[in-house]
Amino acid sequence: MPSLKDLKNRIASVKATQKITKAMKMVAAAKLRRAQEAAEAARPYSQRMSAVLSNIAQAVGSDDSAPRLMTGNGRDETHLLVVCTAERGLCGGFNSQIARFARDHVRNLLAEGKAVKIICVGKKGFDILRREFASLIIDRVDLREVKKIGFENADQIGKKIIGLFEKDEFDVCTLFYSEFKSVISQVPTTLQLIPAAAPAEAVADTGAIYEYEPDAGEILSDLIPRNISVQVFRALLENVAGEMGAKMSAMDNATRNAGEMINKLTLSYNRQRQAQITKELIEIISGAEAL
Amino acid sequence: MIMADFNFELVSPERLLLSERVSEVVIPATEGEMTVMANHAPTMTTVKPGVVTVKAADGTVSRYVVFGGFADILPTGCTLLAESAVPVEEVDRTLIEKRIEAAKNELEGIAHGDEQRTRAETFLTELTQLNGILVAF
Repeated sequence: MPSLKDLKNRIASVKATQKITKAMKMVAAAKLRRAQEAAEAARPYSQRMSAVLSNIAQAVGSDDSAPRLMTGNGRDETHLLVVCTAERGLCGGFNSQIARFARDHVRNLLAEGKAVKIICVGKKGFDILRREFASLIIDRVDLREVKKIGFENADQIGKKIIGLFEKDEFDVCTLFYSEFKSVISQVPTTLQLIPAAAPAEAVADTGAIYEYEPDAGEILSDLIPRNISVQVFRALLENVAGEMGAKMSAMDNATRNAGEMINKLTLSYNRQRQAQITKELIEIISGAEAL
Repeated sequence: MIMADFNFELVSPERLLLSERVSEVVIPATEGEMTVMANHAPTMTTVKPGVVTVKAADGTVSRYVVFGGFADILPTGCTLLAESAVPVEEVDRTLIEKRIEAAKNELEGIAHGDEQRTRAETFLTELTQLNGILVAF
């Protein structure tokens, strides 16, 4: 049975923890709003990008002049997985969710006899994946110093991927990230970057016959690397929003648990105090009676 | 004379910078500057680093520095997707110099005679030109 002093200390420490988790929740809520705004602001660009892309892809058609980044190099042997996670923990199952998703994927690919290479974006995913696939991780991108993810960060990753592709380091590239559905739900998602899957939504045909300057093939080969960076950028932004959402709900739970714990502890503290008083009274009374 | 106006949008990956009715836009296209006015033939072009001059329907002129991208021009409107765009007044010269530095470093890493090298070289020249233009502002 813990003494009164022990209980008092426990209560004080749980209260301190509760204060921290509460503060973290509020910080996450503020950051979440900003992250959502950033994701929203990035939407017009990627929308127009895919509209233009499908437009041009139609114009170029599927002839041989289509760039390799779009059609792939015709093989399916080496897979590059770009796994995007958060830099920090304390956000519930967010990181492990993505990592587990990626891990299952890697296992499947290995079982099929394909070679796998991994690039980790974010520290947490790296920490989890290196336990099992340390030899497969060829690179990691550290965004810990980055306060607000800008397009340059995504562009660097995009250029890295393209550089590797040009050196024939891999055949297929897939991006792993968490799609932000709502504050309480983030869904791990894959997105194939190379060969670029044609934009899924059919864009309304403008009916216009475009003039291309320089020609369509050249614009396309300029556009696709850019599109890869844009996709990475979008994934990173979704990830940040998801991380903050997960952190918010995790911290909310923690605060509530701490509250419950404080209630329980206070109850047993009071009970014990009462017991002590009763005990002392009995001692006094029985002492008086003995006289 | 009242000029016909059209819808112009300037978008960077980070945000939508501008979306308004304009009468005329000068775009630094890769194959030379071009002025877009209403009812332009549908054109798609790549954009090099440079200054975009936007003349709004009410006659006010604003300038933006863009770092590459491409433009989608239709008779009814024009969309400029820029890799990065900043109003001229807010441009940080050191930022451009940093980009030039980065481009130079990149150039050193590429072997001679490579197609990539030509592209990097062009990019560097365009950046330097842009830097020169901005001194005038």
